[in-house]
Amino acid sequence: MLRKLFKFHGGVKPQTNKERSTTAPIAAVPLPDRLVIPLHQAVGGHPRPLVQPGDRVFKGQRIGGADGNLSSAVHASTSGLVRDVAPAVMPHTSGLTTLSVIIEPDGEDRWGELDKVNYRSTPPDELRDFLRDAGVVGLGGAVFPSYLKLKPGKEGKLKTLVINGAECEPFITCDDMLMRERAGDMLKGILAMRHMLQAEEVLIGIEDNKPQAVAAVQAAIAASGQSGIEAVAIPTRYPAGGAKQLIRVLTGIEVPHGRRSTDFGVQCFNVGTAFSIYEALELGRPLISRLVTVAGNVDAPRNYDVLIGTPMDHLVRLAGPRADTDRYIMGGPMMGVRLPAFDVPVVKATNCILVGSEAMFPAPAPEMPCIRCGECAKACPADLAPFELYWFSRSKNFGKAQEYHLFDCIECGCCSFVCPSHIPLVDYYRFSKSEIWAREREKEAADAARDRFEFKNHRQEREKLEKAEKLAAKAAATREKVAADGATAPAAGSDAAPAAKPAPDAAKRALIEAAMEKARQQKAQAAPRNTEQLSPDVQAEIADIEARREIVAKPAASPLPPQDA
Amino acid sequence: MINSPFVRKAASVQSVMLQVLLALVPGIAAYVWFFGAGILVQIAIASAAALAGEAAMLAIRGKPKAIFLTDLSAVVTAWLIALTFPPIAPWWLTVTGTLLAVVVVKQLYGGLGQNPFNPAMAAFCLMIVAYPALMSQWPAAGQLDFKTQLDLIFGGLRQVDAITGATPLDALRTALRAAANPDSQVHGLRAAQLMDGPAFGFLGGKGSEWIALGYLVGGLWLIQRKIITWHIPFAFCAALLVTAGLLWGVRPDAFASPVFHLASGGAMLGAFFILTDPVSGATTPRGKLLFAAGAAILTYVIRTFGAYPDGIAFATLLMNILVPIIDMKTQAPVFGHKKD
Amino acid sequence: MFTALFVMTGIALVLGAGLGFAAIKFKVEGDPLVDKIDAILPQTQCGQCGFPGCRPYATAIAGGEAEINQCPPGGEEGIRKLADLLGREFKPLSEEHGVEKPKSVAIIDENTCIGCTLCIQACPVDAIVGAAKQMHTIVAAECTGCELCLAPCPVDCITMEPIAETVDTWKWRYPVFQIAPAALGTARQEA
Repeated sequence: MLRKLFKFHGGVKPQTNKERSTTAPIAAVPLPDRLVIPLHQAVGGHPRPLVQPGDRVFKGQRIGGADGNLSSAVHASTSGLVRDVAPAVMPHTSGLTTLSVIIEPDGEDRWGELDKVNYRSTPPDELRDFLRDAGVVGLGGAVFPSYLKLKPGKEGKLKTLVINGAECEPFITCDDMLMRERAGDMLKGILAMRHMLQAEEVLIGIEDNKPQAVAAVQAAIAASGQSGIEAVAIPTRYPAGGAKQLIRVLTGIEVPHGRRSTDFGVQCFNVGTAFSIYEALELGRPLISRLVTVAGNVDAPRNYDVLIGTPMDHLVRLAGPRADTDRYIMGGPMMGVRLPAFDVPVVKATNCILVGSEAMFPAPAPEMPCIRCGECAKACPADLAPFELYWFSRSKNFGKAQEYHLFDCIECGCCSFVCPSHIPLVDYYRFSKSEIWAREREKEAADAARDRFEFKNHRQEREKLEKAEKLAAKAAATREKVAADGATAPAAGSDAAPAAKPAPDAAKRALIEAAMEKARQQKAQAAPRNTEQLSPDVQAEIADIEARREIVAKPAASPLPPQDA
Repeated sequence: MINSPFVRKAASVQSVMLQVLLALVPGIAAYVWFFGAGILVQIAIASAAALAGEAAMLAIRGKPKAIFLTDLSAVVTAWLIALTFPPIAPWWLTVTGTLLAVVVVKQLYGGLGQNPFNPAMAAFCLMIVAYPALMSQWPAAGQLDFKTQLDLIFGGLRQVDAITGATPLDALRTALRAAANPDSQVHGLRAAQLMDGPAFGFLGGKGSEWIALGYLVGGLWLIQRKIITWHIPFAFCAALLVTAGLLWGVRPDAFASPVFHLASGGAMLGAFFILTDPVSGATTPRGKLLFAAGAAILTYVIRTFGAYPDGIAFATLLMNILVPIIDMKTQAPVFGHKKD
Repeated sequence: MFTALFVMTGIALVLGAGLGFAAIKFKVEGDPLVDKIDAILPQTQCGQCGFPGCRPYATAIAGGEAEINQCPPGGEEGIRKLADLLGREFKPLSEEHGVEKPKSVAIIDENTCIGCTLCIQACPVDAIVGAAKQMHTIVAAECTGCELCLAPCPVDCITMEPIAETVDTWKWRYPVFQIAPAALGTARQEA
């Protein structure tokens, strides 16, 4: 069973540090005092809260509804009382808050009604909606809503479904332990995905430093009797677990930035996602827990099955953090996110809590100038020229940075890892990217404001025209009426008319004259503005109005005053 | 605030430079063996001048001295200057050249990583233009004892013509030009016969071919340590062999053999240590090939048709000028955007 | 003598014909410079520059009737971009036109609002919805923060709120990189 594997450019081999956390099986976590469940956990919109403070919720009850096309639902991880729906600090470098549902567990851990689904007999659209409402998102770290990726390409089927069990980041072993202990159930999830995507073959890529996981998955495949599924051991080299890199290694296909991988006949899911799809479809359980590795500066690194919303310090306490612990990192040492506080909640993206100290992760030596040695380019798995990107980012030359494919950078950290000048290269790219995004947002807002401003001006002009037209029409109607009156009056009795209408006194006449003079002046001022750059149609219309105005003006000057003057 | 990655490879500019210095040791050993310990004195003078110049400039520019003096980049420049200047150059020549390299070519352009030109080679060019005679006096192997060398370096008597000659490259070019002259005694002799003199060894100059071998060994070690890539040395040697081979193949009587070119002068030092300077050289793989091949052709042209004893220095500077455009035009396609 | 004259005349004719052809062939409708300037301006339409909107200001800059430093919402960066585009010298923001403020949106205190519609008429981008004698509200996403609605409000129920940073708008900071001698020690301690 020798499959031809492909290589990706670059990559590094950091110390893996995976042994210690794989010695003990996955453990459960006692219920914490409170769960903080951020509503915004996945890529895409912010789910709307569906509960209010004081509500009782069941385990698995939907508390956040998917918002828009690129969002997925959020659920209560245990039964209890909703204490609050309020902003809370989220596990993100910024230390900003996000709207979260705070639940006080009642200790009963009671499930609500569970909705199962038979994926073989359910139409794909319904299945996707089901998975959206079950809150299934990619558990590899990108937390992209899975239902959006479960659409086969244009042909309605897929060549290769890639399942990512590579887990290339040092310290993290949650996927490894999942494959060792839950390979059978995970495989059921994979089969469901294969069915939805109509995939010809399934390749499960696992780095060859996890022989037990490979064996467990192979045994599960053999037990299932399915064909066209293969667990492939791939060379251990960071970042082999990047989706693009893994697809490249297994199939030789390079999916460019900004393109859908289904256009190339492949799609890639994390093993953890496969397991949650199994739980959602076959057990009816939404995504309310995940496996989390607690490693680093702790006495007993281990994997835990953790409810979403569990405060991290509650979890880390189980593993015995050492006294000099001064930071938590969410994720691994290469791409992990340094957290703003110890009590931030475990979210769907939390594959690992790396407990750190100054001694374990010392600050790099002072930054030196770039000597263009090219080590970063040799290490870059996206074939970029990181030192050029660094130069452009540093000088804030964002246009040039984009020309050198800044957005193809996957921020894997290989360049910073090898840099002999200790330059925080990835920080420069993150800075550039977020500046470019901010500028694009600003530009969009400015364009929208410009459009709206122009529209308002246009509308005001139009309203002015319409008003004038209306006035003209009204005056014309009056004039006709007056004319009609004039025509009928003499017939009835010519001497009655002057007597019937009271002779207007001089003061009133003067007032009317003044008002009309003012109107005439205003019209004269407005005229040049109105007549510039008008289409022939509008000009004809204006000429028409002017003509009618003149007609109206004539009788107005006559001794007979308009009736409603 | 430190962000990911939180782990780093144990690498530093200092260790890179240190390995480059170590790789020069075999060549220097051969140098001492054949030409005496005078070169060590030159290396010491150049190193001291480089560090002093660097320290002064860092102080003026308000940069931290401890980090930049210990990064050893100035020492690498100093060693390259000492190894490319004549071993009996007077001390002030070495000092002036080194200070020019460090102060003007490196620090005035912004220090480490900012210089568009190779400092050592820029210094060599300036000095050979300013002091053509002093820069062209090379003793033959074993000709001078240590005391005489010291006297020459520190300003003793300079009966230059009596004690020194030209480099083998220079000698051969002069001889070949003479051979082309029908009035000359050596008219009609071929290059191989001209190389029979005491200055010549098996392949190139006597002694200097062994130094070249030392550089080759050190350079290969650098490739093995992944400090440099194979591109520049390979392209340089290949292009020099091909260019020299073409003319030699057409007229072996008028041109030196490709092997002679490779083993003489600064070819090996240039291929492995000078052109591979990352700061002033090309950085993309294809760019490195172009850069080194261009330097090789220019070197050959200057050696064969020019007036200076060796062409490496001028070739390096000329190619340095082209580096930005070479790098820009040879950017490799990135992941997912490849044609194949 | 005559040859020279012929040659010169010939060259003049050829070049003249070429220029004339280019003028017709590459004729640009409108004034692209105004568009370019307008693209840099923030489109707040606040009128702080002394012109009724961003485009009139852009036209005035292009016509040399206005300085490039009259736009407070565009701030220093905007002035720099204009200076780059026009090849003019950078100038600090002119104080008489206002000061650079954090980007804000207007908020109507809905309890105080009497529904007079004055702010609706003042809003240059139609970002206020409401009707006569009905409470008004501001569409925050459309609000440019121009403050033009503040003055007309008879009951002073509109306030400006700086836009808070969210995870979606949060930006990575420029990496601290300089190794000045003094900063070294502290950098180590902080890290």
